[in-house]
Amino acid sequence: MTAFLGPFLRHRLFWPVVILVGLLLLNLVFTDNFFHVEMKDDHLYGSLIDIFRFGAPLILVSLGMTLVIATSGIDLSVGSVVAISGALACLQISDLGNQNSVGGVLSAVGVALLLSLVLGAWNGLLVAGVGIQPIIATLILMVAGRGLAQLITQGQIITINSSPYKLIGGGYWLTVPFGIIIVIAVLALTAFLTRRLALGLLIESVGGNAEASRLAGIGSRAVIITVYTFCALCAGIAGLMISSNVSSADGNNAGLWIELDAILAVVIGGTPLSGGRFSLGGTVLGALIIQTLTTTIYSIGVPPQTTLLFKALVVTIVCLLQSPAFRAKVFHRRRRPAGAPPVAEEKVRVSA
Amino acid sequence: MTTLTVPGRVRVPRKYVPVLVTAGLFLAMFAAGGIRYEGFATGQIILNVFIDNAFLLVVAVGMTFVILTGGIDLSVGSVVALSTMVAATLLKHGWSPWPVMLIVLLIGAVLGLGMGAIIHYFEIQPFIVTLAGMFLARGLCFTIDTESIPIDNSTFTAFAQTRIDLGGDMWISPSVVIAVVVVIAAAYVLHYTRFGRNVYATGGSEQSALLMGLPVARTKIGVYTISGFCSALGGLLLSFYMLSGYGLHAVGMELDAIAAVVIGGTLLTGGSGFLLGTVLGVLVLGLIQTIISFEGTLSSWWTRIFIGLLLFVFILLQRLFSARSRR
Repeated sequence: MTAFLGPFLRHRLFWPVVILVGLLLLNLVFTDNFFHVEMKDDHLYGSLIDIFRFGAPLILVSLGMTLVIATSGIDLSVGSVVAISGALACLQISDLGNQNSVGGVLSAVGVALLLSLVLGAWNGLLVAGVGIQPIIATLILMVAGRGLAQLITQGQIITINSSPYKLIGGGYWLTVPFGIIIVIAVLALTAFLTRRLALGLLIESVGGNAEASRLAGIGSRAVIITVYTFCALCAGIAGLMISSNVSSADGNNAGLWIELDAILAVVIGGTPLSGGRFSLGGTVLGALIIQTLTTTIYSIGVPPQTTLLFKALVVTIVCLLQSPAFRAKVFHRRRRPAGAPPVAEEKVRVSA
Repeated sequence: MTTLTVPGRVRVPRKYVPVLVTAGLFLAMFAAGGIRYEGFATGQIILNVFIDNAFLLVVAVGMTFVILTGGIDLSVGSVVALSTMVAATLLKHGWSPWPVMLIVLLIGAVLGLGMGAIIHYFEIQPFIVTLAGMFLARGLCFTIDTESIPIDNSTFTAFAQTRIDLGGDMWISPSVVIAVVVVIAAAYVLHYTRFGRNVYATGGSEQSALLMGLPVARTKIGVYTISGFCSALGGLLLSFYMLSGYGLHAVGMELDAIAAVVIGGTLLTGGSGFLLGTVLGVLVLGLIQTIISFEGTLSSWWTRIFIGLLLFVFILLQRLFSARSRR
């Protein structure tokens, strides 16, 4: 039995999958028809679809964050970028004569995403060009970005009424919520770029040792700037989704603490904060765990104010289970066959 | 090349340069404010900065310890909120104030101790552990109550309303006295005790500290305990200031504390920095808010933008200095 389960138990994503399945089963006990997905008015409905739909912005942000963390960096500014991009798009749409004109909405979206790219490149330049620690470099934009978003909205909440814009976060296309389609497209593109082309390898080598990669002829700086720009782009798209879903932009609260959720999702998904390797599938899994947790809390009738308490609990459990030190101390490495593969050499620990 | 000649032809050890830059900036801001606004250049303005930021000062002191070891504590803001909440709830149930304060401080220290132990023994990154701690403390706040709880205990209101006259129309609140005592005690611990040296050594290189036989475990767990204790004390000072307990108090305070520490010249990689710098960092942040309120026409969000800009300038300066000293 143990020999049969061994490979599964040792798989990096074993514990996250167990937690996710556990959460889903818990829902099944409390909610009838939890796994039921049905068609209504040509739209897919169901709790599982909702988890995907509401989790879409988090998955997007986490995808970008994964690549940044794989280069042993971190991006704290995604929450601010979410707010800025939503605010800018809504501001432009509210200035349109006809808020339903597709061209106007497209140009607003384009400008918002362009600004996100610029902000990401700024982060990347600070990290790769000036050589500032990622956590501080992005702290600058995290602090100042909230101010910028409020500056754009003039401290107000901009409400808009634009059906093309509404499609991004709240609409349906081919019976599927449009947000899910965006996520799948970005995920497929990212997976292709990093797993089919050499980019993923370059990112991992920069994360393993930036200086060594540079000496080996890899353009570390370009790679780092690229991942921060990509991360900000993902955050920008997520910002559009969030503001489109509620048809308004709130510079103060949009995307608040999403950077923390995203980092959690990445860590739960088995990407170490020290960089050097990453798992896109794990990240999606991590983001889904966080979203499912929120849904579960609502559906089993726990008072919503204790959401954070449960989050803390699950995060601690997942991180402890994944910590080699914890497993070594608690399980005493009982299941350790003699011919076990050598443990990957531990990197010099970088405190985040 | 361990000294730097400044225009006054005084040779200053390089390690003091960031603190001196911050001090210079503070004086320049104060002078600029004094020229621009009437009634700005008084001692009371600086004292007001202390009065309005006493809690941040105490929290930032704890954060300095953690950052000096190369760690980070994201939980401080929510521990502050939890402290105000616990204090307000217990007082509402008729507890007498002194045991309440003791319990609050104990809760903060135990939370810090727990996080420190997990960080050290299970080798999980401080960022993640204190993030979970942040969720935990905020969650506990909202579990206690989602509404704001007023405090009308006479001891707490006495702390809030007492004015200690310093002569010349200047006064401070008891909170400032507590904050100053904390700063002095922390400076003593950091610079004159074995524990303080261990903190610097651990931050400089944990591996070397371990090989030298220094008690790395005790030091690392110790700094998080200190940070938790300081956050709880900061929470008490905030409840004196606000006279209420609320789960949404001190949202984002961890960022202010980290910003103060960074502006004060402490390196986030650990091992280098001074407590005086942190005090100056808090003063600079406070002075920005004062100037913006004096300006009147500037909206509150400019505070954030200015703090971001300042962070940028300081980090760039630090980078320049560290790049030059390595050569």
